[in-house]
Amino acid sequence: MDPALSVVRLTVREAIHTLSSSEDCGLILSTLRFLKRYLGETEDPALPEEQEEFATVHFSAFLRCLVIKLSPVWLELSPDGQLEELWDSFFLKGPADQAFLVLMEALESTAGPSFCLMKMAQLLANFLSQRRMAALMEEQCRPQKKPGFTLLQETLLNKVVGLPDHLGNRLQQDNLALFFPQNYFPLLGEEVVRVLQGIVDALRGGLDCSVSFMSRVLGKICIQGRQKEILDVLVPQLTVLTQGSCLWQRVCWRLMEQVPDRTMEAVLIGLVEATPGPEVLSRLLGNLVVKSKKAQFVMTQKLLFLQYQHTTPMLQSLLGYLAMDSQRRPLLIQALKELLETWGSSSAVRHAPVTQQHYLSAAILICLAHLREPELRDSQDELLASMMAGVKCHLDSSLPTVRRLGMIVAEIISSQIHPEGPPLKFQYEDDELSRELLALAIPGTSDSSTVLAGGSAPAPTASETLAKTMDDGVESANGSDPQVGPQGSDSDLDSDDEFIPYDMSGDIELKSNKAPLYVRDCMEVLTSSEDMERWEAALRALEGLVYRSPEATREVSVELAKVLLHLEERTCVSGFEGLRQRALVAVIVMDPARVAEYLTSQFYALNYSLRQRLDILDVLTLSAQELSRPGHLKRPTQQVSCGSGAPVLATSQADCTGVSGWRTVVEERIRSKTRRFSKQGFPRRELASSPSEFNSVAGYFFFPLIQHFDRPLVTFDLLGDDQLVLGRLTHTLAALMYLAINTTVAVSMGKALLEFVWVLRFHVDIYVRRGLLSAVSSILLSVPAERLLGDLSDELLEARSWLADVAEKDVDEDCREQAVRALLLLERLKDRLLPLSH
Amino acid sequence: MAVPLPLPPPGPQFVLRGTQSAVNALHFGGGAQAQGRQLLFSGSQSGLVHIWSLQTRRTVATLDGHGGQSVTWLQMLPQSHQLLSQGRDLRLCLWDLAEGRNAIVDSVCLESVAFCRSSVLAEGQARWLLALPGKGSDEVQILEMPSKTSVCTLKPEADAKPGMPMCLGLWQAESSPRPLLLAGYEDGSVALWDVWERKVCSRVSCHEEPVMGLDFDSQKARGVSGSAGKALAVWSLNGQQALQVCSTHQLTNPGISDITVRPDRKILATAGWDHRIRVFHWRTMKPLAVLAFHSASVHCVAFATNGLLAAGSKDQRISIWSLYQRT
Repeated sequence: MDPALSVVRLTVREAIHTLSSSEDCGLILSTLRFLKRYLGETEDPALPEEQEEFATVHFSAFLRCLVIKLSPVWLELSPDGQLEELWDSFFLKGPADQAFLVLMEALESTAGPSFCLMKMAQLLANFLSQRRMAALMEEQCRPQKKPGFTLLQETLLNKVVGLPDHLGNRLQQDNLALFFPQNYFPLLGEEVVRVLQGIVDALRGGLDCSVSFMSRVLGKICIQGRQKEILDVLVPQLTVLTQGSCLWQRVCWRLMEQVPDRTMEAVLIGLVEATPGPEVLSRLLGNLVVKSKKAQFVMTQKLLFLQYQHTTPMLQSLLGYLAMDSQRRPLLIQALKELLETWGSSSAVRHAPVTQQHYLSAAILICLAHLREPELRDSQDELLASMMAGVKCHLDSSLPTVRRLGMIVAEIISSQIHPEGPPLKFQYEDDELSRELLALAIPGTSDSSTVLAGGSAPAPTASETLAKTMDDGVESANGSDPQVGPQGSDSDLDSDDEFIPYDMSGDIELKSNKAPLYVRDCMEVLTSSEDMERWEAALRALEGLVYRSPEATREVSVELAKVLLHLEERTCVSGFEGLRQRALVAVIVMDPARVAEYLTSQFYALNYSLRQRLDILDVLTLSAQELSRPGHLKRPTQQVSCGSGAPVLATSQADCTGVSGWRTVVEERIRSKTRRFSKQGFPRRELASSPSEFNSVAGYFFFPLIQHFDRPLVTFDLLGDDQLVLGRLTHTLAALMYLAINTTVAVSMGKALLEFVWVLRFHVDIYVRRGLLSAVSSILLSVPAERLLGDLSDELLEARSWLADVAEKDVDEDCREQAVRALLLLERLKDRLLPLSH
Repeated sequence: MAVPLPLPPPGPQFVLRGTQSAVNALHFGGGAQAQGRQLLFSGSQSGLVHIWSLQTRRTVATLDGHGGQSVTWLQMLPQSHQLLSQGRDLRLCLWDLAEGRNAIVDSVCLESVAFCRSSVLAEGQARWLLALPGKGSDEVQILEMPSKTSVCTLKPEADAKPGMPMCLGLWQAESSPRPLLLAGYEDGSVALWDVWERKVCSRVSCHEEPVMGLDFDSQKARGVSGSAGKALAVWSLNGQQALQVCSTHQLTNPGISDITVRPDRKILATAGWDHRIRVFHWRTMKPLAVLAFHSASVHCVAFATNGLLAAGSKDQRISIWSLYQRT
């Protein structure tokens, strides 16, 4: 045995003995100072091999001994704090890994809130703030030759990453702020950068280093869900450092490659989230996706298909990263193919949530913006086939958002794949969603700044033209001026300020006024007139005529409804749909029973277009709403009283207005002399009460519609292809149910509707399910609580379990929300009924 | 350029109802001779002339002198209580309205059945000139009143073929006593006649449709005319008495039946077949307002000396407006 080493062993053993037995301050201090020589950094350090021996073999044992000795009394032995300082210095100056492990171990084993615990926590905080963690990690990056180092690294890894948890558990309320995860992990991030800096320096110096420990630390932190804390510190620094340095980039790539597969996903997602753009991502990751199967899976499958909560900038970084290198581009094309395949699968369209479909569409558009036509040529047919299938099932969807997504994506795909062909063009509203998606598809723009520039580019041109036209206007105005100037006496140079033009937007072209004056004339013109102006005027006049002449309308109501239902837009009449709809509503309101009966029978008749069937549903809803509105009766009654020539009624009405006149005066006086303490400053105005007209006719609206839905016709199959109409039908029935509140038929309507809902409850179409859910809510609102419980209790129980199921499992967010609403209504119902049963 | 939102156009100040037939002609009676009461004369389709008091907003009197035939033109002679009315019964009546009288003191037989309104040039003299459509379909006759002696007949040259005269405007430049006549013709041209020399000084074609109304600002030597078409034309007269078109202004709807410049020459108003009254700034021709109140075509517009605007329409109503009044 080497004599020097045995000397070290003897010294240490002696020192431990002294420490454990002696109470003499001077002796202890001198012993410690002597041992400190082995750590170096003193005036006469020990021999290097002695230091080595001390560090590897005896240090931990010695530190444990120090920990055992720690107590307030013991530290008080030297009043000037020298002992405490020396005690600390062993932990802070000695080999960091051992010191850290001993400290953590001691913290674990020290009991409850005590001086020792706090002292050691404080020491650990010092340890961290003196950058010893960097030293610890750097040590692990050196080539290791000691046996059992893997076990040591594993322990270190757990302790380093789990430090906030350990300390939180130990210290409970007394935890130091530094150990909170939100403070600790950023600090750790700084340390990681420092270690990497050390590694880069070492590599420059020709030394061999490994970053695998760092990768494992990073992975472990990320998988614990702390990627934001650490990467927010790490990424910006690495972005700057990798800017011009190949070495740094290589270290970075290596760091990412060495991340264990288990934690790869967490790291990558965090990284994609934290990087500002594809260039940076590409610098940090290199060709990781090509080298690592796991990374490839995460980047091209998991992030695109299995998750959809990420933001669009994130998608742009990700796909931009794939597009940036020729080795990675095949992956992008592959991703596009798979994306389109998913996009085009009807089952995905039907079952995926709308947000996911939006996410997929955005991903497709970004892919397309990165890919050039030559690259797409090979897979043109494949892409085209997926697109066609996708367009079909998107347009079949009953949700407007999904349809719109289909249109936008299809337009852009076709323009990319077939730039020379005739462009596909759909009509859709220009709103936030479509603008956002279209902006994504501008080719060659991958980062947001260029997108912004592209977006704002048309604006100046528009304003330029505007300015130009305005200049022209000024010029023409000036052009006439000089001609006037010399001739006219300029004595009255009136300023134009006093001649401010009024609004002239009402100055539109006058349509020749050929409107018929009678309902019958109107009908005749609409059916037979070849004079388009007259036809249009008749259409415009019809609603007013119908309301003004109820008697005449009732004579021809069904015929008129038939004419309107079959009316086609013969010329380009602005607002044609609205005019026709309002006229139909007016006709129904005037003669609800017969017209509603006619329209509902036509709803299930042969030879109608979907549009007409949808129109029938719309006008039924609108007219039901009109009929059930409280103030609705006023207008017709006045008409009736005039028409039937009942002077008594008329005078009584006049009296009424007189009465209300003095009443308002009195109310005004009362109000001026009354002080109110309630929040509402004025008494709520009572609506004049009147019977709901809908009461007597609700059945005509409702039952014919609900009866035949399950009998398919040749041209019309509600349970098959025409699910859009079915969706609208469910919504209409829900609306009718809601409007039938306080009517006598509400109970039987509710019963029928609940059965209807029960039959269709597992319908695949989201729109239909939404309608059903709103129908349930309407039933709960409209049918009186006692009758619900009395007559519909079984159905309600069934509905309730269904609602609970939907609220939990439905793919559509709206459906879930509506189900929860309905459940809440049920709860409220219960609350209302319980006091009654007591 | 922060342009404040334009105000919605104002409504009429008040409306006169009760003519019970379409209003074809309007004329404000001067305030001075009516003992401080401002009067408005209106001529209706049913041949009646109503005299309205703008204070009480009621009819003061009704003159029935055209045998139920439509009254097309009304004009008060300055500094007198005499009113001229032209009717479709081919008579031009001179009414004496002084001291509450309402009797026909004189009448002139028209020889043309056209719709052309006459014109008067009277600068407070005892004698005054009257221009009215003449016997031949394209002629204009000038009479000296009250003697009813024919001064001349203005007949266009044989090859001109302008069609019937549609509107007339007699005027006199301040510098010279020569009476001049502006006449708008059926072919859309406006001609300036020198009455003494009986010749056309200048003719300018400014519309594609018949000229329906014109007004002339002798101070600025500019005039404006409206036609059955979709445009207003502004023309001016240079030192050589030559007419030239300055500009045209497109309208939204075709058809102008009357056009009048306000006496203070700040704004002008047009009566449109599209039921609307349009107000323009006279110097710049900037559109100022489109007044939509009437429910049938507007037949005539008139300004009072105080700036009040009256418009008579086929819907039997007379609307009174107060726009851009200097306060």
